[in-house]
Amino acid sequence: MNIMQMNRRTLLMIAVLAPLFILFIYVGMTSGPLAPVSVTTATVESRSISPALFGIGTIEARYAYKIGPTAPGRLKEINVDVGDSVEQGQLLGKMNPIDLDDRITAQDLSIKRAKSAILVAKAQVNEALARSSFAQSQANRYKKLLQIKSVSAELYESKRQESEIATSGLATARANLSSSEQELSRIRADREGLISQSDNLSLVAPTKGIISGRYTEAGTTVMAGQTVVEMIDPDSLWVNVRFDQQQSSGLRAGLPAQIKLRSQNQQSFQGQVLRVEVLADAVTEEVLAKVLFKTSPDTLPPIGELTEITVALPPMSALPVVPNASLHQLNGQTGVWLIDDGKTSFAAVKIGTSSLDGQVQILDGLNTGDKIVVYSQQELKSSRRVKTVDRLTKEPQS
Amino acid sequence: MISLAGRDIVHSWGKFVFTGIGLGLLIGVTLTMAGVYRGMVDDARTLLNNSGADLWVVQQGTLGPYAEASSLYDDEYRGILSMAGVKQAANVTYLTSQISQDGHDVRVMVVGIVTASHGQPGQPEFLLAGRHITRNHYEAVADIKTGFNIGDEVQIRRHTYKIVGLTKRMVSSGGDPMLFIPIKDAQEAQFLKDNDAIVKQRRRTAANPAFNKPSVPGLLEAVIASQSVNPFVNAILVQIKPGFTPEQVAEPIRRWKRFQVYTRAQMETILIEKLIKTAAKQIAMFLVILSIVSAAIVAFIIYTLTIGKIREIAVLKLIGTKSSTIAGMILQQAIGLGMIGFVVGKIAATFWAPVFPKHILLEPADTLTGFILIMVICVLASLIAIHAALKVDPAEAIGG
Repeated sequence: MNIMQMNRRTLLMIAVLAPLFILFIYVGMTSGPLAPVSVTTATVESRSISPALFGIGTIEARYAYKIGPTAPGRLKEINVDVGDSVEQGQLLGKMNPIDLDDRITAQDLSIKRAKSAILVAKAQVNEALARSSFAQSQANRYKKLLQIKSVSAELYESKRQESEIATSGLATARANLSSSEQELSRIRADREGLISQSDNLSLVAPTKGIISGRYTEAGTTVMAGQTVVEMIDPDSLWVNVRFDQQQSSGLRAGLPAQIKLRSQNQQSFQGQVLRVEVLADAVTEEVLAKVLFKTSPDTLPPIGELTEITVALPPMSALPVVPNASLHQLNGQTGVWLIDDGKTSFAAVKIGTSSLDGQVQILDGLNTGDKIVVYSQQELKSSRRVKTVDRLTKEPQS
Repeated sequence: MISLAGRDIVHSWGKFVFTGIGLGLLIGVTLTMAGVYRGMVDDARTLLNNSGADLWVVQQGTLGPYAEASSLYDDEYRGILSMAGVKQAANVTYLTSQISQDGHDVRVMVVGIVTASHGQPGQPEFLLAGRHITRNHYEAVADIKTGFNIGDEVQIRRHTYKIVGLTKRMVSSGGDPMLFIPIKDAQEAQFLKDNDAIVKQRRRTAANPAFNKPSVPGLLEAVIASQSVNPFVNAILVQIKPGFTPEQVAEPIRRWKRFQVYTRAQMETILIEKLIKTAAKQIAMFLVILSIVSAAIVAFIIYTLTIGKIREIAVLKLIGTKSSTIAGMILQQAIGLGMIGFVVGKIAATFWAPVFPKHILLEPADTLTGFILIMVICVLASLIAIHAALKVDPAEAIGG
């Protein structure tokens, strides 16, 4: 009886202690260095991937016009405001002409005076003509009288001299007239010059467009070349995109692009690469490209808005492909962990192009059908015991 | 021969086992505390391991990106790349930030990494789910401890980032989980001010007559443009070529490039002996006290258990049991108690360790040391109890 009771107590104690020790062994095997590493695996498949390039850019106007005076002066008036549509040749503003208008008036008066001077000169010519023809006829008459010896040679000589003087007087009057006429032309040319200068003070729209900036107000003194108003051609919007130089291979003109505006995150626009700039940005290590909208957005996006551009490249030929999460570095080599019979071994690979969804082409080092580790609970080491599971995170991947 | 200790234990097994479990929980706490200390040191080491670097190039006269602020121009890495023995060099930025997600705040260390090609130093080594960053803007890989999931969008300063991959054990030296984002975005997050500050800065610049001269149109715009650039990074991570020692590569960079360069060993010293020194000492101090208290409690328990049996021991002596048998009984019981305590402690520590917010590292060596210590304490404690037991007068068995 006593022994039976003893046995029951022993059994009870064993019943308490045995699970404890089993738990202890379980804990020892599932945590710490003895525990296998949970991993997920995938099989290397040969397929074609469609790489794409991703860049960010800003909306810019291809044609932007900065309009300002060519000489320093004070702004007299400004007729347009930001957002106004303007036609080609429309007067946008005017610089203060100072004394230019007065000088033109003065030139007008000078023209009148010159015209009067011409009239005087013409009258003088007529007078000289009359004098000259009278002196000529007198000289002729005295010449005939001398032939019949009716007058003295001396008298004839004096008449002939009078006639020659009258002829020179005519020439002088004619020269005077011509000079007056030239004076008029000169004054007219001067006036034209002043009018051109006056026109130059007008700020005129060089083309049809929209006013995008108004930087100074009437009364401000502006420098030669300083921008007073800025206008853009709204039909010429493009995106100035920057691609990281290391992720820009294959970028060329004509490729289709997807444009996502920061203000309209849900909607994307179709576009096309217009050109890849000849000059890259050496400081930011980026390649620059211009992307055109295929169809302009209904509402004009603000110039300078941030955009995300995805440029699709043509699909690549089929090669073994692995997810980029399976690539690891070991002793300075890029490779993947092959899994065979629950043991892992490292295989160095040569990687090719990758797509934006994280698929990487393997050029060398792997064969289709190889089983590789994709995700792991911790960094793997050679010959580490692994346990394959479906997923390592609780939430299903979306 | 029957085991006296076994018989006694079986006789009052409930008391014995539950005392053992209680003791075990105490040992569990001590082991956990050791784990907390090891975890802190391990966090620091993990930070260095994860960066994948052999050398850290930082601003001259600073203690590097982890222990002190450091900033370098972001094009300096090109010069470093040309130095002898340098295999790879990559910019990196670190920024501790509070990120709001679904109404709760997560404290993370935002790491800006070079994402353009695979295998650059600083990139997360392995993933639990998702993929590595492929776009060079607005994508992020998060440590699982941040609580983010694939597809989540998080706001860091002015941009929204999409979580594309999850990783594990990527923590700062303070144990904050890391969030990896492309370097250009990280530079902006770190150095570009918020909108209000930028607007105020513009106004301040415009109000300064030196920068806003009417006779020099465009000067103000140029000054403002130069104020909003951010060509800085916190450090350059360098991997060296095989055949070079870290110091061989570091010295020319220090000498000719005029930067501070730390090797792996130096960085570890900075992190462990400078950065987490006080916190680690605090924990170590607590660990020592906890160990002493645990030892005292073990000794008291064994002593009390023995004293509780003093009448039975007197009877044993009265019937002529050898002293060695009595001593053996007490010793075996003490060791048994220690074993149960150790087992329970180890199990408890292993089960509650993952619940802690920071990393708890239960090292097998620590566990072994703990086991030996427990056994030594049990033996020592039982010696006092044996002494008390052997001193007892057999007459007490009969007397009152």
